[in-house]
Amino acid sequence: MIEVRNISKRFGKVVVLDDVSLTIENGETFVIIGQSGAGKTTILRHIAGFFDPDSGDVLIDGVKMNGAGSGKKRLLREKMGFLFQSGALINWLNVKENVALPLVEHKLGTKTEIDKIVDEKLSLLQLDDAADKMPSDISGGMKKRVGLARAIVRNPEIILYDEPTSGLDPVMSAKIDELILRMQRELGVTSVVVTHDMESAYRIADRIAMLYRGSIIECGTPDQIRGSVNPFVRQFVEGKLTGPIEV
Amino acid sequence: MKEIIRNYQSDIYGMFSSVGEKMLYQIKFSGFTLILIFNTFIQLRYAFSKRREIVKQMYVSGVKSMLVCSIVALFGGMILSLHSGVELKKWGQQDVVPILMINVMNKEMGAFLTAIILTAFSGAAMAAEIGTMKVSEEIDALEMMSINPVKYIVMPRIVSMMIMLPTLSIYTVVLGVFGGAVVSYFQLGLTFEDYYHRVYESIWVKDMYVGLLKSLVFAIIISSISCANGLMAQNGALGVGRATRISVVSSYLMVLIIGYFITSLFYGGFM
Repeated sequence: MIEVRNISKRFGKVVVLDDVSLTIENGETFVIIGQSGAGKTTILRHIAGFFDPDSGDVLIDGVKMNGAGSGKKRLLREKMGFLFQSGALINWLNVKENVALPLVEHKLGTKTEIDKIVDEKLSLLQLDDAADKMPSDISGGMKKRVGLARAIVRNPEIILYDEPTSGLDPVMSAKIDELILRMQRELGVTSVVVTHDMESAYRIADRIAMLYRGSIIECGTPDQIRGSVNPFVRQFVEGKLTGPIEV
Repeated sequence: MKEIIRNYQSDIYGMFSSVGEKMLYQIKFSGFTLILIFNTFIQLRYAFSKRREIVKQMYVSGVKSMLVCSIVALFGGMILSLHSGVELKKWGQQDVVPILMINVMNKEMGAFLTAIILTAFSGAAMAAEIGTMKVSEEIDALEMMSINPVKYIVMPRIVSMMIMLPTLSIYTVVLGVFGGAVVSYFQLGLTFEDYYHRVYESIWVKDMYVGLLKSLVFAIIISSISCANGLMAQNGALGVGRATRISVVSSYLMVLIIGYFITSLFYGGFM
């Protein structure tokens, strides 16, 4: 279970998160929506332990992530996978080596075993033909898929997705959504997804939270968000230019 | 009048605040670099398992810069011997040139010239490469995979520099002295045999180990400053450019300052 308890964070004079609280149950797919700069990725980075909040706590299965030493953080991160917005592939390794990296570095199998796991994940994301290509030779969407293959290669309990479908074509977006759902269904993976893509959010979410100017203004099931009477939520999910959200 | 005073106060406040911010950043950066060096030495136990990356970095930072090193060393030696030789020849003392050359190259110029070349060639590349990795979230991705960036990225670079800078430094000394021989033969009237005989007579073990020690220290300085600047890069391409520029300037300054203290320690009456 992921618990975000009353966290606040400011960068310089800008308040990015203001007393945010969330509880994400095991096996749940939790989607965070909101405008660019609303603080969505900042929440994800707090959960991953990249940022410590100015106040409040982040707990992963009851263990405090904020303020943890590097050893403890490493242990907590072993439960997690993170899909970065750009894919964040190591530029001197090819696609296959990138996906195999966590297994190779932690010596989690023989070469044959690692190759088998990697081939399986590449195949799952339709990347078989790109195995020997370098990150500089593949498209942004492919980089994202390779990043996802790398994030799931160790079968983590928690996966954090930062804009998983941005830059992908609708068919591939649907494929990624299906993969997120499949991992939840078959492996009981807990997913926290940050996205702007409402179609994708409705498709995968058990619950959706909307962040506006550093605060959660609404949290509920996809149906509750669809039927929300909150004017901020309505304007955002309907993509209207007029309304209380300053554009 | 009050408005002018208020503006004046605000300017002074802004100036002190900016200086204070820069000083705080410098203190933070120095601490970060020292911790990075310490962590790198801890990670040295994995050097054997990272041998492929170390060899690759040795090629990138050392072998690729050999051409530049050769030209700088050869012409550096030629300039040095020409300047000193022309003056000494007036007094019939051109025989001293070989002694001067081997002493200067061994004690100071071999390590210094190599350090300057590798700062520009490899240090800048390290800062830019690691900085790009930082701003494109690759370092975060490593941390997320529980891979220590110091072990995976920094240690191989520092170790490779610690091997290549002293090696290239010896190469620079040999070529610099050879450059002096060419000038001595063609312009000062010394034979190659006389030149190298005098060079051989003037080689001191202390000069050699001090020169090598300097190049080893310079290697740690250049690679750690470059890696630290890369790891602290932020704000996209602009931040990478800034990290690269600062790493080159800081490395040059530190090489000069630490170089003086090492010379002073060994030749200034302390040892």
